[in-house]
Amino acid sequence: MKFDRKDILGIKDLSVDEINVILETAESFLEISTREIKKVPTLRGKTIINLFFEASTRTRTSFEIAGKRLSADTINISASTSSVVKGETLIDTARNLEAMNPDVIVIRHSAAGAPHLLATLVKQAIINAGDGAHEHPTQALLDMMTIKEKKGKLAGLKVAIVGDIAHSRVARSNIYGLAKMGAEVVLAGPATMLPRDIEQMGVKSYTKLEDAICDADVVMMLRIQLERQKQNIFPSLREYSQHYCLNTRNIKLARPDAIVMHPGPINRGVEISPDIADDPAYSVILDQVNKGVAVRMALLYLLTGGNE
Amino acid sequence: MKILLTGARIIDPSQKIDAVMDIMIADGKICQTGLDLLKSAKSKDAAKIKIMELGGMVLTPGLIDMHTHLREPGQEYKETISSGAQAAVAGGFTSIACMPNTDPINDNRSITEFMKRKAVEASLANVYPIGAISKDSAGHHLTEFWDLKEAGAVALSDDGKPVMDAALMRHALEYAYSLGLPVISHCEDTNLSAGGQMNEGYYSTILGLRGIPSISEEAMVARDILLAEFTKTHVHIAHVSTKGSVRLIREAKKRGLKITAETAPHYFTLTDETLQTYNTRLKVNPPLRSAADVTAIKEGLADGTLDAIVTDHAPHARTDKELEFEYASNGISGLETSLSLSLRLVREGVLSLPELIAKMSINPAQILRLPKGTLEAGADADITVIDPQLPWIVDVKTFYSKGKNSPFHGWEMQGKAVLTIVGGEIKYAGPSLNI
Repeated sequence: MKFDRKDILGIKDLSVDEINVILETAESFLEISTREIKKVPTLRGKTIINLFFEASTRTRTSFEIAGKRLSADTINISASTSSVVKGETLIDTARNLEAMNPDVIVIRHSAAGAPHLLATLVKQAIINAGDGAHEHPTQALLDMMTIKEKKGKLAGLKVAIVGDIAHSRVARSNIYGLAKMGAEVVLAGPATMLPRDIEQMGVKSYTKLEDAICDADVVMMLRIQLERQKQNIFPSLREYSQHYCLNTRNIKLARPDAIVMHPGPINRGVEISPDIADDPAYSVILDQVNKGVAVRMALLYLLTGGNE
Repeated sequence: MKILLTGARIIDPSQKIDAVMDIMIADGKICQTGLDLLKSAKSKDAAKIKIMELGGMVLTPGLIDMHTHLREPGQEYKETISSGAQAAVAGGFTSIACMPNTDPINDNRSITEFMKRKAVEASLANVYPIGAISKDSAGHHLTEFWDLKEAGAVALSDDGKPVMDAALMRHALEYAYSLGLPVISHCEDTNLSAGGQMNEGYYSTILGLRGIPSISEEAMVARDILLAEFTKTHVHIAHVSTKGSVRLIREAKKRGLKITAETAPHYFTLTDETLQTYNTRLKVNPPLRSAADVTAIKEGLADGTLDAIVTDHAPHARTDKELEFEYASNGISGLETSLSLSLRLVREGVLSLPELIAKMSINPAQILRLPKGTLEAGADADITVIDPQLPWIVDVKTFYSKGKNSPFHGWEMQGKAVLTIVGGEIKYAGPSLNI
């Protein structure tokens, strides 16, 4: 099929066909990263701007590597060094960048909807690299790619997502994506971390970790943001880890061949015990990072008209 | 100079009039309402009378909007008293009350007097300043209510900086009541709403925007009802947006308490579902609520729980709205769409036309104790003429308000104010009116 989308703003807007095209394209790019010379000329002469208004190591690096492996010129702008501190609005920043004729702008922003605003303003392709608590589409795509590789399919699997669902863009994008692909999604977290009416998204939610991971094929643990403690949505890391940390004991409730995922960076001993995080029998955390580059290569390729 | 308005359907809920009649105004006052004033007028000094033929039109007491923000002094780039008053008369309003959230806050007589003077200079609509409850609306120390009243303030409110301190609110209610000044409460528990961007529910969940729960409004509505009951005073609840608030106010009224309440057109027209494009023109406080809340607001209007329809006119410059949703200002520029949106309620069968006019004229006049909202002989000749059929399309570029921040841009409307008379003088005449 022809992939004629201008932007990738969220998984919510993508069709099953589009997700399949992205995943298949990504699979075909996996091999490039294993070569001795990890570079193809596909996007030579294209310019990609990574516009990051929020701190990020992994995602920004992943986008940068993805662009470079396709021979695009990649430029990183982070909030601390940009004009944002001088009081320039997102709109002005966008129009200035647009005037320099890049091909793709990758944006991460703490405000939900910021990539959507940008997409209405500029003619360039926009990729959402995470907006507030809204969506993180590339993370969900790399998660689905990882699951598909490990399990051979997505449909029919039971995926448990555990942690601070309310503040998680990873959770939202995965809920949309996995549900579209036919997986069953269940959530767990303290009641204060389960947002209102979340079950209307077609998921079940539990306040006990054990209830969610029971018979799960995939267990996805979310990072606890330490600063959330100030909002009184949980009393202490100590108590949280006693009830919501995935460990060698409770993982036995999941299917014996269950895989464990985490979008990173992990808080060892808080939401995931080191024994699980580092056990290759369960943990696919580094596979996720590996797939991230391929998925981002695929999106850069598709959005610049690669499959026309 | 006399003006005879003839042929219109006159609706004056203050006198329970709904009939095709004539109305004569002279020297800025209403002199007579009745049948066939034209004949008797013609026989006498016909040459001195301006006759306006208004067949097919609806003529009402000048509409009153008891909740606007005019931004002057301090934020004249968003609106001035003059531009706001111009928007008011274009929207059919002859009198507007303006909230004290200017810069500086209207918390003393010099600001109130300044506002009154600016309104006189503009000479468009009647402008009634609302004074702050607390100094700088900071919620700590009462302002000088007596002084504010003498300077022309018609009510007291801390507007969007709600009085969180229940003891301060209690004293404000007692002190204001003794002076005959209504207290208007923007009900919002700011701890419950902290950081919130939109109504808390399914749509805030999928959009990843922090929610403002309906209880942040309802908890304060309940508190203020209890305070009014305990102190035997009156409280007016501003811009009611939730089903629970309607229920609380309905029960309070049943128990005979002195509670009045208002809502705004966007709360009976739009739901939080519309926010899915992150359109900042839809960002308002209180936020757009659920479909169930919209239904409850309509029921509250229909059964009289909600006494008044206000605009909550909150004009902003483009730069205040063309931002990430989180950083955009709250508010809708409402003066020039309020009447047309409210007329939809009549077509939907929620309100009769006289009931609607009451909520936009005599009811707010009574709440604010203004000698307005009536066509009785001797009253100020404040009159609104509405063409109930006129089709038009909202175009913010044509707004008289400096605030072009309307989510209704492009909407097809039916019905509009076509003539606005304030104190016997024509302050707005729509292009469709042949006079």
